[in-house]
Amino acid sequence: MALLVIKDLRAAIDEKEILKGINLTVDAGQVHAIMGPNGSGKSTLVQVIAGHPGYQVTSGEIWFKGQNLLDLEPEERAQAGVFLAFQYPVEIPGVTNAYFLRAAYNEQRKARGLEEVDPIDFLDLLEARLRLVEWGPEIMQRAVNSGFSGGEKKRNEILQMAVLEPTLALLDETDSGLDIDALRIVAQGVNALRRPDNAFVLVTHYQRLLNHIVPDVVHVLADGQIVRSGGKELALELEARGYDWTTERAATAGAAR
Amino acid sequence: MIEPYLRQFDAFAANGGSTSPAWLQQRRAAAIESFRRSGLPSTKDEDWRFTSVAPISRGDFSKSPEPSRVSLAELEPYLFGQPDWPRLVFVNGIFDPGLSTEHPRQTSLRRGLDTAPADLEPHIGRHGPTDTTPFSSLNLALAKDGAWIRIPAGVVEPAPIHLLFVTTPEASDAGVHSRSVIVVEAKARAQFVESYLTLRGAPRHLTNTVIEMSIGEGAWVEHSRIQRESEAGFHIGLTHVDQSADSHYRSFSLAMGASLARHDLQTRLNAPEAEALLYGLYLGNRDQLVDNHTSIFHDHPRCRSWEVYKGILDDRAHGVFNGKIFVTPLAQQTDAKQTNRALLLSDTARVDTKPQLEIFADDVKCTHGATVGQLDPMWAFYLRSRGIPADQAHRMMVAAFAAEVLDEIASEPVREALRGVVAQRLDRLG
Repeated sequence: MALLVIKDLRAAIDEKEILKGINLTVDAGQVHAIMGPNGSGKSTLVQVIAGHPGYQVTSGEIWFKGQNLLDLEPEERAQAGVFLAFQYPVEIPGVTNAYFLRAAYNEQRKARGLEEVDPIDFLDLLEARLRLVEWGPEIMQRAVNSGFSGGEKKRNEILQMAVLEPTLALLDETDSGLDIDALRIVAQGVNALRRPDNAFVLVTHYQRLLNHIVPDVVHVLADGQIVRSGGKELALELEARGYDWTTERAATAGAAR
Repeated sequence: MIEPYLRQFDAFAANGGSTSPAWLQQRRAAAIESFRRSGLPSTKDEDWRFTSVAPISRGDFSKSPEPSRVSLAELEPYLFGQPDWPRLVFVNGIFDPGLSTEHPRQTSLRRGLDTAPADLEPHIGRHGPTDTTPFSSLNLALAKDGAWIRIPAGVVEPAPIHLLFVTTPEASDAGVHSRSVIVVEAKARAQFVESYLTLRGAPRHLTNTVIEMSIGEGAWVEHSRIQRESEAGFHIGLTHVDQSADSHYRSFSLAMGASLARHDLQTRLNAPEAEALLYGLYLGNRDQLVDNHTSIFHDHPRCRSWEVYKGILDDRAHGVFNGKIFVTPLAQQTDAKQTNRALLLSDTARVDTKPQLEIFADDVKCTHGATVGQLDPMWAFYLRSRGIPADQAHRMMVAAFAAEVLDEIASEPVREALRGVVAQRLDRLG
């Protein structure tokens, strides 16, 4: 069953078109990997799905659970079950991880007509999620991402994802700059959260993440378009041959049209 | 216009002031002379460049407030839920013994002058120099009352001492001059909370207040100053602190009241290894002008100062921060750090921020940083992408900005109460 259907999505930043007609369908239970050279629009794609205010969507539709996400505010998209793990998570000094995460959790519950959870019950719920990212409870008393190392910030994104349990999780280069241990923890988090009724879209530069999280579909994005899609073996081919051969074909295809 | 104040002084000197000790009469005379020469400041004075006191100069605040009484019930919301803390209450500048918990070492200046004036002679007008500002000169000339607190050597005060300076509509168009002296002797420990508030309305008055504090060797003082006076009024304050060797002074200052508020905070590190930590938060909306001038005098070696001031300004509010750090040639191994950050919530809010470091020693560590900015839309997107609605995300970001300094308030009841006060005020902002 299709969970996410993107049709002819075009988006620009400061008048410059970055996404030039994206078509993508993600089924429930799947993991999709989006690869491609720098500047191809990979991060833009997931940020636009989450509602980044810096981009102007000039055409297209993003269907998710019967709604066009483009009609929703970022918080409404989150409440509907979309989660973006940021490439550069924001530091929020003065707000503890515990307060922030509980506020987010309760806002999502409220939006779904559920009762809010008090701090004590929330701590219970956190315990298992913290174990997933191999953290103790003390991390919850630190200010959100404030003074966190790059690896800690990414782990915190996975922790948030584990607590919020999105239906569609978008991971924007979550593997960049991670040492092997942090990479293992991130992968462990994603794999533990995989269910038949949710889906993951991983933006990545590297095959190595895909050794830990095995994708169902791999897409290559080049110059704002998906130029090639395939199974997990496509990632291995990219690793071996680079991107040039995929973009050359795209250029040829474009010229032929 | 200064003539009305000179006439007010003449009348005071001829009347109540004439029973003062001779030394005080002399100091008052010198102070009014200093005020007569300087006049009220103008924006041509470097120290008042960004802060026009024209609304004060144009008015006449030379009359004294009408008598007024307030009840304990009215004060209750301002006691941080701690009615048992010792307190000294001043209503329109006059001590109210009925609302206060007096004892011989914690009383009013006027009582101190009546009973043991010699104890005050080394202090009044001796810590903050008479002519620090034209307003502090005027204060010395005219102040009739204030707090007089002495913490004897080695004594540890178990609870914060709360000074409440209350104004009421009876102070409309009047000047409220209070002057307080606080002496904390060697190895003593004390906390002070100093509140400025207005009850029953929004009178337009001039509060002109001075605190002179002396901290003995190895003594430890925590001081919170909370200014939430009538937004129609004017608030001018000077706090001067003299610190002895190995003493610790920690200050938190919240400014959110008055249409024009100016606070000068000066601490003189008078001996080696003294430490001063200064935290401040200022909130402005509508047309408020909030000015903080801090001066830290590193006169001796191996002293440490740490300063963080933050401002949140909305509408057409104007913030001013000036942070002076003076390091004398003697003050080697000074460690001084100053930070000022301001958050502008509207396009018409503004802040003038000026670090002023004058360093005459070579082996020192002195840094300063100032930032002025608006809420980063990326912060808001991060919060919203987690399901937090835009307005709540905005409030969280602003509250987080304030929390960094509010968290530094030493007293837990004060910290908790002010978190609420600030959150409520910020809800009205933006």
